[in-house]
Amino acid sequence: MTHEQKNILSVRDMEREEIDKLLSSAAAFDRGNYTGRELEGKILAVLFFEPSTRTRMSFSAAMMRLGGKILNLGSVEATSITKGETLSDTIRVISGYCDAIVLRHPKEGAARLAGEVASVPVINGGDGAGQHPSQTLLDLFTIRESMPIENIDVGLQGDLRYGRTVHSLAFALSKYNNIRLHTIAPDGLNFPKFIKEDLQDVGVELIVHDHIEDALPELDVLYVTRLQRERFPDPVAFANYASTYRITPELLELAKPGMIVLHPLPRVDEIDPAVDDLPCAKYFEQAHNGVPIRMAMLNEVIN
Amino acid sequence: MVKTISDGIVISPIKNGTVIDHITPGEGLTVLRILGIRDGTNVTVIVASNVPSSRGGRKDMVKIENRELLKDEVDKIALVAPDATISIIRNFKVSVKKTVEVPKQITGVIKCPNPNCITNTKEPVQSKFVVHPRGFRCQYCDSLISSEMDIGDYI
Repeated sequence: MTHEQKNILSVRDMEREEIDKLLSSAAAFDRGNYTGRELEGKILAVLFFEPSTRTRMSFSAAMMRLGGKILNLGSVEATSITKGETLSDTIRVISGYCDAIVLRHPKEGAARLAGEVASVPVINGGDGAGQHPSQTLLDLFTIRESMPIENIDVGLQGDLRYGRTVHSLAFALSKYNNIRLHTIAPDGLNFPKFIKEDLQDVGVELIVHDHIEDALPELDVLYVTRLQRERFPDPVAFANYASTYRITPELLELAKPGMIVLHPLPRVDEIDPAVDDLPCAKYFEQAHNGVPIRMAMLNEVIN
Repeated sequence: MVKTISDGIVISPIKNGTVIDHITPGEGLTVLRILGIRDGTNVTVIVASNVPSSRGGRKDMVKIENRELLKDEVDKIALVAPDATISIIRNFKVSVKKTVEVPKQITGVIKCPNPNCITNTKEPVQSKFVVHPRGFRCQYCDSLISSEMDIGDYI
């Protein structure tokens, strides 16, 4: 890594000012303030070692909107990785073909390693159960579109134990003033102890709720995540939880006016489709925000 | 007369090398692992485990002939033996005596407990841990080896 090279690997590494700068830049792109030639002549290598729809396509769309071109890894099966090449070697070689790399990889820490060996900027597109900074930035961006990120109550619901998006979002929110985090999770799926302790170290107020009904009236943001069946001891436990915590229009009558509902998608049964048409449902807008936020990230690291 | 453990002398002196004393009882072999002294070594090493300590209680002790430990090697020992003292021996006399301090960053010593961490693959990368208020944190995957865990299990 050269001294000047800028990577975006984890929101935990970022100062609040850096985050705010990216959010403001994304807002400008979202308003159409760009020429489409910002990254003309530049090439982004898109290295996805795991399946992805939204992240891969929105990074590609973002690059194309700014006038750049895309170099796709294609399927892993058709590459030299199947011949046993290490990620380090792959990254070193591909660095010579492009101006920046977006990497998704199944191993945690893969993006940090890539950042160390690459000669071009690396953006982490998700590494295992680890970091996924572009998701977190677009979550923050979506909140900021509705309200200032200050003195707000944010509810995190679902699988808080294994869900990387909620860990990352919680740490990002901890950089802002007077944020209270409310957790609503089944037994055994709340934040791991070390995450709770880390959040408390940085002064986040954590409030644990057993029932979504108790939390809802206090919230400005409800962030729902998908539950995975395999995390539950048996199908009955899963069915019980899924039916109890499903977000419906009736349940949302308990919410404050102006509260917004977010979800990183894909959803399964956590949110009733009848919620989709309510003004509080911001999850599709959130998915669309993936493009301007990734435009801001690419512009930041390449330009 | 044959000396016994209770007489306090069971380890012969070395002419040149390093003596690591006051190692936490039971961690002597871990100290050797940290120093990279493993099966098949041709280094002369003496290990005493659970011997009486002049400070009270028990201790482990390691003597290594013809090797003077460097500062970064010494500090790695602090991971499992924070009270250890290091004496550099020259011609049977203590030439330098020092204590150990846990380094801020530890490279290539600790195995990350997360099996899915990139450092636990065939990638040519050494583990990197930094000191955290509650233990040691992997610089790659953020996993924490908390103070409640036995770090010797990960060395």
